[in-house]
Amino acid sequence: MKKKPIAYPYIPNSVPAVKAQMLKEVSARDIMELYKEIPEKLKFKGRMNLPEPILDEYSIRRHVEELLDKNANTTDYNSFLGAGCADHYVPAVCDEINGRGEFLTAYVGDSYADHGKWQALFEYASLMAELLDMDILSCPLYDGMAAAATALRMASRAVGRKKVLVAGNINPDTLSVIRNYLKGIGEPQVAIELVKFDKKSGLLNLADLKAKMTPGIAAVLIENPNYFGLIETQAQQIGKIAKQAGAAYVVSTDPISLGVVAPPAHYGATIACGDLHSLGMHQACGNGQAGFVATFDDMRYVAEFKDLMFGLTETRVEGEYGFGEVLYDRTSYGSREKGKEFTGTSTGLWAITAGVYLSLMGPKGMEEIGQVIMQKLQYAGKLIAQIPGVKVVHAGPSFKEFVLNFDNTGKTVKKINKALLKYKIFGGKDISTEFPEYGQSALYCVTEKKTKGDIDKLVAALKAVTK
Amino acid sequence: MAMNQKTKLRKFHQARWDEEIIFEMSVKGERGILVPAAESDIVGAIGDGVSAIPAGLRRKTPAALPEVNQMRVNRHYMRLSQETLGTDVNIDISQGTCTMKYSPKVQEHLCARNPGITEVHPLQDPDTLQGILEIYYKFEQFLKEISGLDCFSFQPGGGAHGVFTNASIVRAYHELRGDTKRDEVITTMFSHPCDAAGPMTAGYKVITLMPDENGYASLEALKGALSERTAAIFITNPEDTGIYNPRIEEYVQAAHAVGALCSYDQANANGMLGIARAKEAGFDLCHFNCHKTFATPHACMGPAMGAIGVREELAQFLPVPRVKFDGSKYHLDYHAPNTIGRVRSFYGNAAIAVRGYAWIMQLGADGLREVAEISVLNNNYMEKKLRAIPGVSVWYAEGKRRLEQVRYSWEKLKDATGVGTADVMRRMADYGLQHYWTSHHPWVVPEPFTLEPCESYSKDDIDEYVAVLAQISKEAHENPEFVKNSPYNLPVHKVPAPSIDEPERIAVTWRQYLKKRGKR
Repeated sequence: MKKKPIAYPYIPNSVPAVKAQMLKEVSARDIMELYKEIPEKLKFKGRMNLPEPILDEYSIRRHVEELLDKNANTTDYNSFLGAGCADHYVPAVCDEINGRGEFLTAYVGDSYADHGKWQALFEYASLMAELLDMDILSCPLYDGMAAAATALRMASRAVGRKKVLVAGNINPDTLSVIRNYLKGIGEPQVAIELVKFDKKSGLLNLADLKAKMTPGIAAVLIENPNYFGLIETQAQQIGKIAKQAGAAYVVSTDPISLGVVAPPAHYGATIACGDLHSLGMHQACGNGQAGFVATFDDMRYVAEFKDLMFGLTETRVEGEYGFGEVLYDRTSYGSREKGKEFTGTSTGLWAITAGVYLSLMGPKGMEEIGQVIMQKLQYAGKLIAQIPGVKVVHAGPSFKEFVLNFDNTGKTVKKINKALLKYKIFGGKDISTEFPEYGQSALYCVTEKKTKGDIDKLVAALKAVTK
Repeated sequence: MAMNQKTKLRKFHQARWDEEIIFEMSVKGERGILVPAAESDIVGAIGDGVSAIPAGLRRKTPAALPEVNQMRVNRHYMRLSQETLGTDVNIDISQGTCTMKYSPKVQEHLCARNPGITEVHPLQDPDTLQGILEIYYKFEQFLKEISGLDCFSFQPGGGAHGVFTNASIVRAYHELRGDTKRDEVITTMFSHPCDAAGPMTAGYKVITLMPDENGYASLEALKGALSERTAAIFITNPEDTGIYNPRIEEYVQAAHAVGALCSYDQANANGMLGIARAKEAGFDLCHFNCHKTFATPHACMGPAMGAIGVREELAQFLPVPRVKFDGSKYHLDYHAPNTIGRVRSFYGNAAIAVRGYAWIMQLGADGLREVAEISVLNNNYMEKKLRAIPGVSVWYAEGKRRLEQVRYSWEKLKDATGVGTADVMRRMADYGLQHYWTSHHPWVVPEPFTLEPCESYSKDDIDEYVAVLAQISKEAHENPEFVKNSPYNLPVHKVPAPSIDEPERIAVTWRQYLKKRGKR
C-alpha cells in the first residue's frame, strides 16, 4: 500500500499539489529528472536504514528529554570538576541574549542588515581588550586549545623562527591540540620542545628554560593560572628570558581570574590567549568553549591574525557608526591557501555572550568574582588539608583549582570518585595518568557558586570515603 | 497594511536604534550584576583571599570595563539583536553555500535551558553521561548510513575545522606508511577555500584546478596534476556553483591510482541526502557541516560542528576520545595508538550533536530524502524565475540541471547600468532580505551572487525573493545612483571607500578607535 504523503512542517513544498505545480514550472515530470546529472551507478539504491521518524513535536521532545535525563548534572550533584570547563554562574541576561532568534540564526550577513551582530562582536573584542589591557582581538576561535596553537603559529611567523618552547605543565589536551596543529609533512612546521617544571612547586623550571632558550626559539608558551591552578609567580622572569632571546612570550590565561590576577600584558606577554568559557557560558558537556587571541597594536602581529576582524568606521551619514572587514586578505576567505592558516565558523555566539558577561560584570564585578573564588578555594584547601592521608600538593597561590593527592589513603582517585558519586559529588579530574609523578592525584575546582555548605559536604564526604 | 500581494514588495524598515557603543553608556558606580559573596565563616577563616597573590602578579588597576546597570545592558543587546537579520526573521535564501535552513525551535527548548545538557560536565563519570553518549553513538550510526562511510568523529568545531582534521588524518595515513614524499593536495577553485587552506595549515602545498566550460575542472587537468607527490584531493560535489560533476568516480579512481586519498567536502550535501553518497563515489573521507545540512543554528558563526567520516582503515587516525558501546553501556575510548590526537577540548560541541540527532530523528529516511528533493526542486524553480530578470546570467554548463544552489552573475546588469553585485547586495536588505553571498575569492564568475533556496522556503517565499531582485534590476536600469547609494532602510547607511585597512585607520577595538581618531 502506498504511504500517505506527509506534509512536513519544516518542508513547506512537500504539499503534493504545490510540488506538482512547481515540477510543472520547471518542465520536469518527476523529481528524479532534476537529478539526471548524477549517473545511475552512483545513486543510492533503496532506503537509508534509519530509525522510523518521530514526526510530532511533542514526541521528539519527550524522546530527547528522556535521553538527556540519563545524564546526571551539576545542579543535582555537587561538582568540583574544572580543567577548562568550570561550573560558573551564568547570568540570566547572557542566556536571554544568546537565545534571541536574531543572533541564534544569523550567519555571515554583511555589516548593514547585520549591523547589530557586527557591533556585538566589535564590543566583545573591545571589552576583552580592556580586561587583557591589549589592543587587538579577532573573531573568536574554537576554544582555548586552538587559540594557544594559533598563537604559537602567529608568533612563529611574526618572529620568523621555527621552534617554540612549551611549558611542561600545560594541560596535556592542549599540548595534544598544539602538537597536531604545528606538525608538518615529515619535518614539523614549527618544532616543539617542552620545558621542565618543578614537581614540588608545580611551576616552570627556569634553569631548564634558560638552557633551552637558544637563538632559534620563536616563542615561549605558559599557562597562568597553570593547569594545576597555580599562579605562575615567575611569570615576569619568564617573559624577560624570552624577550632577551628575541622570542615572543605567549600566555594562556583564564579570563575570569583577571579582576585580581594581573593580565599577561602587565608581565611582559606579547600574545595573550585562552578560553572564554568562564565568561557566561554553560558547561553544556563541553559545548561552551571558545578561544581568544590578543596582541598589542603592532602590525607585525596584527597582520598575522587568521580570523575575521570587524573595524569600527563612519558611514556616509555624519556621526553614524558603521563597520567593515579589516585586512580581509589575511584570511583564507580572501586568499585561500595564501591566507593565514584557515578560518571558518567557530564560536561567534559565545563571543557575543562573553561581551554581555563583561558588560554586566564591569570592573567591580570582575574584581569581586576573582576574590570570592580565591577565598572559597582557600577555604576548601584549608579544610581538606586536615583530612588524614589527603594532601594539597602545591604550596603556591592558586586560582580556582588545586591538586589533591590521595597516595596516603591507599585508594585510587578512580575509586574515591566512584565513592563520592554516592554522596552526589563529582570529585576532581583524575590526573594520575597525565602526571604520574604526582601519584594518585586529582584536580579540584572551586567556583563562586560553591557555598560553605557545598564545601563542607565535600570535606565530610572525602573524610568518609578515604577512611 | 500588509505586503502588496501584487508586487510582493514589503515596505520594510529595520530597527534603527542609533545605539551607542557599550563604553559610551558607562556611569561610574553602576552595576549590571552582583556576585555571590563568601560567607562570613569563610572570610573569618581565610581573610581577603587575594593577599596570597604576590604583589607583582596582582592586578593593580581595574579593567577599564564600562559600568552599566542591568536593564541598560539588556536593552542594549536586545537592540543589537533587532539590528540583526537572522534566518528566523527573513527569507534567508541569500546566503548560498551556507544552507540557511530553519533550525527548529524545539531544539532550543531541548538544549538551551535543559540542565540535562547545559549543566553537564564533559569529564563526569561516563556512567553519569549515558544519555549524551547514547546520542553521540546513534548520531554516528545515522551519519554512517547517510554517507556510507564507516566511522565518524564529532570533535571538530566547524566545517573548516573538519577539513583541517581530515587533512591531519591524510598526513597521519601517509606517515604511518613511511611515505613522506607526498606533500601536495589538489583541490578545485569552486570548492570552499577551506579545502585549500585546511590542507595548507596541515603542511601541504596546494594545487587548485580551474573550471572548464562545464563548470568543473576537467579529468585531464586532474590527471595532469596528480603524481606520486599527491597526498589527497579535497573536493566538493556539487561545487559551490550547484553543478554536479558526473565523472566524480573517475576523478576518485585517478587519485587512488597514484596512491592519493580522496576527501569529500559535503558542505553541499543538502540536495544529496538519500540520493548519492560518499561511499559509492569511492571517497575515503568526508565531512558534514551540522549547522548546514542538519539544521543546527548558525549562531553568528558558531558554535558548530564539522562531523568527519572515514573508511574503516582510517579510523585508527581519528581524534580521541571516541564513543563506543559494549552492548549495555556507552563509554569513551581514549586508546588509539595511531590517533592524530586532539583537535578540540573534551569531545566537541555536544549540544550541537543533540540538535542534529533530534532533527534526523524527526525526519527519518523518507524525510531526509524529501529535504534533498525539495531543496533541488526549489532551486530549479527559482533559477527559472531568476533567469528571466534583466541583467541576470548563469555561467557554465548551459542546459544542465543544477542541484541545490546556483552561482549567478550580474555582469550584464553592470555592463548596462554600472550597478554591480555589491550594490544590489546592499539594496536588497531594504526589502527585508539578508544581503546575499557573492562568492568566495577570487570571484572567477564576474559580479557573482550565490543563492540557495533550501527546503525550508515555500513557493511564496521564493516568489517574494525573486520579486525583490526583479525590482532592484528595474531600479538599476531606471536610477543606478539610487541603488549604488543604498541601503536606506537599515540600521546604518553605506560605508564609503576608502577601506579601513590603512594601519592608521584600523580600529578593531574601542580603545584603538579612540586612539586612532585622536579621542584618547
